[in-house]
Amino acid sequence: MKTVRRLVYATGVVALCAWVLVPIYFITLGAFGGRAGVFKWPKGVLPGETFSFAAMDTFLRIEGVAHAAFNSVIAASICMALSIALGAPAGYALARYSFPGQNLYRLLILLTRAFPLAILALPLTVIFIRVGLYDTPVGVALIHTALALPFAALISSSLFMGIPRELEEAAWVFGCSRVQAFRKIVLPLALPGIAATAIFAFVISWNEVFAASILTVRERTLTAYLLTVLSESPLHFRFAGGFLLIVPSIAFIFAVRKYLFAMWGIANR
Amino acid sequence: MAQILIDKVRKDFGAVRALDEVTLDIADGEFVALLGPSGCGKTTLLRIVAGLETQTAGRIVIGGRDLTEVPTRARGLAMVFQNYAVFPHMTVFENIAFGLRMQKADPTRIDAQVRKAAGLLHIEDYLDRHPGNLSGGQRQRVAVARALAVEPPVLLMDEPLSNLDALLRLEMRAELKTVLEQAGTTTIYVTHDQTEAMGLADRIAVMHGGRIVQIDTPTEVYRHPRTKFVGGFVGSPPMNFLPVEVTGGEARLGGLPVPAPVTSGALLAGVRPEDFAIVAPDQGLAAEVLVVEPLGSHTLVTVRCDGATVRVVTPEIIDWPAGRRIGLKPDAGRVVWMDPQSEQAVGP
Ligand SMILES: Nc1ncnc2c1ncn2[C@@H]1O[C@H](COP(=O)(O)OP(=O)(O)OP(=O)(O)O)[C@@H](O)[C@H]1O
Ligand SMILES: [Mg+2]
Repeated sequence: MKTVRRLVYATGVVALCAWVLVPIYFITLGAFGGRAGVFKWPKGVLPGETFSFAAMDTFLRIEGVAHAAFNSVIAASICMALSIALGAPAGYALARYSFPGQNLYRLLILLTRAFPLAILALPLTVIFIRVGLYDTPVGVALIHTALALPFAALISSSLFMGIPRELEEAAWVFGCSRVQAFRKIVLPLALPGIAATAIFAFVISWNEVFAASILTVRERTLTAYLLTVLSESPLHFRFAGGFLLIVPSIAFIFAVRKYLFAMWGIANR
Repeated sequence: MAQILIDKVRKDFGAVRALDEVTLDIADGEFVALLGPSGCGKTTLLRIVAGLETQTAGRIVIGGRDLTEVPTRARGLAMVFQNYAVFPHMTVFENIAFGLRMQKADPTRIDAQVRKAAGLLHIEDYLDRHPGNLSGGQRQRVAVARALAVEPPVLLMDEPLSNLDALLRLEMRAELKTVLEQAGTTTIYVTHDQTEAMGLADRIAVMHGGRIVQIDTPTEVYRHPRTKFVGGFVGSPPMNFLPVEVTGGEARLGGLPVPAPVTSGALLAGVRPEDFAIVAPDQGLAAEVLVVEPLGSHTLVTVRCDGATVRVVTPEIIDWPAGRRIGLKPDAGRVVWMDPQSEQAVGP
């Protein structure tokens, strides 16, 4: 019985890892395997003799890639900052105060995602042109924030719900104002979750193609740029592009993983 | 001066009435225990005094100041929460120092106060640890130390010793009593442990179903319970209640005439387990032994008497088999009388 359970557990873990890692692995192989490596079958464990930076190198030299990557970073960063700055307080309010229509409000937050972007695209473009946000990373960031914000609010609300109200009350008893109690007690405890929410917002923006393609012409984000450029490129270039898209997300998650796993009492052992 | 006046406080949670016209006047430096069964509104009352909950009606006055509009942080009190509420991201030291830091006390004073409070609760070895690595009882003591460290004029404690072992609880009880008496702290102490209330408090307020049913000194509450509930709740084992019929101003308890406060009618005679004398079977109330529990210092005998279960405590060491017939003679001067319908005390 015990061995069966362990077997099921192990299978689950392996399947989950494979689900995430295998595509990344093949993309990496494709990106560094050179032209020949892409079509080689069976594939080696490592790129082997066909290993080359050529695709990567050429790709990075393609005009505009660096600039597009820069735009992407700007858009994703703004999206992340806005999502947290607006989403976390909204989540706090949802978690701590009860007001009439609370559940309706929750639903409404999610309903913002029900509008198909394709329908909104034209009026948005017109308005953005009018206010001068068209073809800027800031404009793209605003749309991405609209996409990420509902989730940021809902995730952080469940985050704040997980922090016992008594902790805050204890802070009030010992002389804290509401703001002080939030800063000294709630915020440090919520930080791991807020970091996770931030990553989430960053990745949503980084991966988003449709809005970015429509709202920009020259100031493309990386995804939008690659979409146009790569459709005409050979396969190993596409892999190089894919690899480049994955790397920042992974690097970012790695950078904040400390906060993700820093559940108090475990991290302090 | 920190006398506390709880004035006709009512609290409704939707349709649930948690507190009903609770009035309690506590003198400066007094130690009052709120004693009552689970769900009777003890925590709710404490939270209203602290300003964490707003009363539906009534007011809280501390030191002559009506606190209705005063936020928690300005009420000048400290509190031990029922579920501790120690800050998980701070060390034990920082937890205990929290109140003093908020008061911007100077560092040497903070250090001294923290060590003093930690020493009192025997947690000085854990000052560098985080609460996550402490046991429940240790965490609870951190919560108590955090409240003591600020030396507040008013201290609210919600079952602060509930999670300690018997020995430690006894020790902490004595230390708390000494410290709070010395500091002259006005204390409201919530507990459902009646020995704790009896041992610590100047006065006990017994709560039941959102009301205070009796406020008196521990001895008075024990000797003269105002309701059947109080008699049953305070004292372990609880008070025995025997139905009797009164005629001509006298009730007969097993052939024994006992003067009653009414001339005729049905009453309940309340007798503490230690107020029975065990006599020969043909004298007093006829009883049949069910269980004998030797408890070291005394023996608890459970008997069946007139169809009711009666508990008797005797200092003698006895060793009787079940089924043995004995007689019980209540101490007539210590009997309390209750009306069987209203369950309120009758007479003086
Ligand atoms: N926030 C709330 N909403 C609704 N009902 C509540 C709330 N807080 C308390 N109550 C109700 O009020 C009553 C009193 O609760 P309270 O917590 O004061 O009991 P207590 O005497 O402290 O009990 P215990 O000894 O178990 O801690 C209970 O019936 C409880 O269900
Ligand atoms: Mg309680």
